Amino acid sequence: MLNISGIHQGFVLDHIKAGESMTIYNNLHLANLGSDCTVAMIMNAKSNKMGRKDIIKIECPIERVDLDILGFIDHNITCNIIKDDAIVEKRQLSLPKEIKNVISCKNPRCISTVEQELDQIFILTDPENEVYRCKYCEEKYTGSK
Amino acid sequence: MRHLMSPLDFTREELEQLMDLADDIKNHPDNYADKCHGKKLATCFYEPSTRTRLSFESAMLSLGGSVLGFSSADSSSAAKGESVSDTIRIISSYADICAMRHPKEGAPLVASQRSLIPVINAGDGGHQHPTQTLTDLFTIRSLRGEIKDLTIGLCGDLKFGRTVHSLINALVRYPGIKFVLISPEELRVPEYIREDVLEKNGYDYKEVDSLDDVMGELDILYMTRVQKERFFNEEDYIRLKDFFILTPEKMHLAKKDMMVLHPLPRVNEISVDVDDDPRAMYFTQAKYGVFIRMALILTLLELV
Repeated sequence: MLNISGIHQGFVLDHIKAGESMTIYNNLHLANLGSDCTVAMIMNAKSNKMGRKDIIKIECPIERVDLDILGFIDHNITCNIIKDDAIVEKRQLSLPKEIKNVISCKNPRCISTVEQELDQIFILTDPENEVYRCKYCEEKYTGSK
Repeated sequence: MRHLMSPLDFTREELEQLMDLADDIKNHPDNYADKCHGKKLATCFYEPSTRTRLSFESAMLSLGGSVLGFSSADSSSAAKGESVSDTIRIISSYADICAMRHPKEGAPLVASQRSLIPVINAGDGGHQHPTQTLTDLFTIRSLRGEIKDLTIGLCGDLKFGRTVHSLINALVRYPGIKFVLISPEELRVPEYIREDVLEKNGYDYKEVDSLDDVMGELDILYMTRVQKERFFNEEDYIRLKDFFILTPEKMHLAKKDMMVLHPLPRVNEISVDVDDDPRAMYFTQAKYGVFIRMALILTLLELV
């Protein structure tokens, strides 16, 4: 496997489904982290558990990334938080109560399809069955993550 | 500041208070004739409506207030491409409270987020129509004394009828309600109402496709319109349409104190011959809609 050096402070997101790292890169807005941050994406790495997987390493101040959305994308991702070159926390991912501007409403009758500058917001209405509904029209989100 | 987007925005206790107020308005209208003196209601109707808009306007005028507004998107700045968020900010400077109907679902909610005045959802697409539900609940309570231990038949288009969905959602909060869902197979209530609302709460309900078979069981029959365009083929429509038309013959099968409600407008689903039956309460229902809207305006303007 390709080696990328360890990080001093930031995150290692492991066990990402192969091919999904770019989606996560976009949804976590990693392109906008700032010029002092480094992101490495390892794609299609060998994995005993998964066969193939992606990994993302993010060198940045830990308060700069909102990881809540990861729980929605795939709660099987392992999220290691690094401080002073060591793993200080393995964060358990949970479903976010609200998702903003990651997915959009497919209901053609929804106001979010026409109103300018309106945030696309989905609310977790049934945690047990992982059901999200559009905040405006309450349409269930059925698309792929 | 409070808005009304869904009938579930009010707790059961708050609904009771609202209906108590509507009752008092009904019995002592003179006491409320000047309550809204100097206040203005904006009726922002982006799609045509007769009853709901006039009911709101009548309610405000009966409270001594005044009304302004528009009754179609063509006659508003929406035709020029103005967003709902911008429109409501402007309306907030012109009026004290706003009733909004919009063909897009969630539009009144978007307005409420930007508004400086209370916003009432007066119907948003196929989504919610809370003041119709408040009208239905108030009518049932007024004519029955309380909302409890009733068998309620909902008949017609149960799939697309937003008033039916809102009413079921509101009624499951009351004890002893049994539902009889009367519709053709094609127009049964959506799965989420059946599973998330009725079954999840352990509610007693049954689905049937003939009105005659269940007429004798019902305390309330809530009729809705079956639209021809909802059927996949005309044959099915012709075969089924008469099952859902209420006639004097069918009324013979009903209890003596059963009452018939309808959100109106009707087309042909209730024969005009039924109108003179004392159990036909749909015109009374429309009248009660003004009282509950008066109570709502007073409550949201914090004038009580």
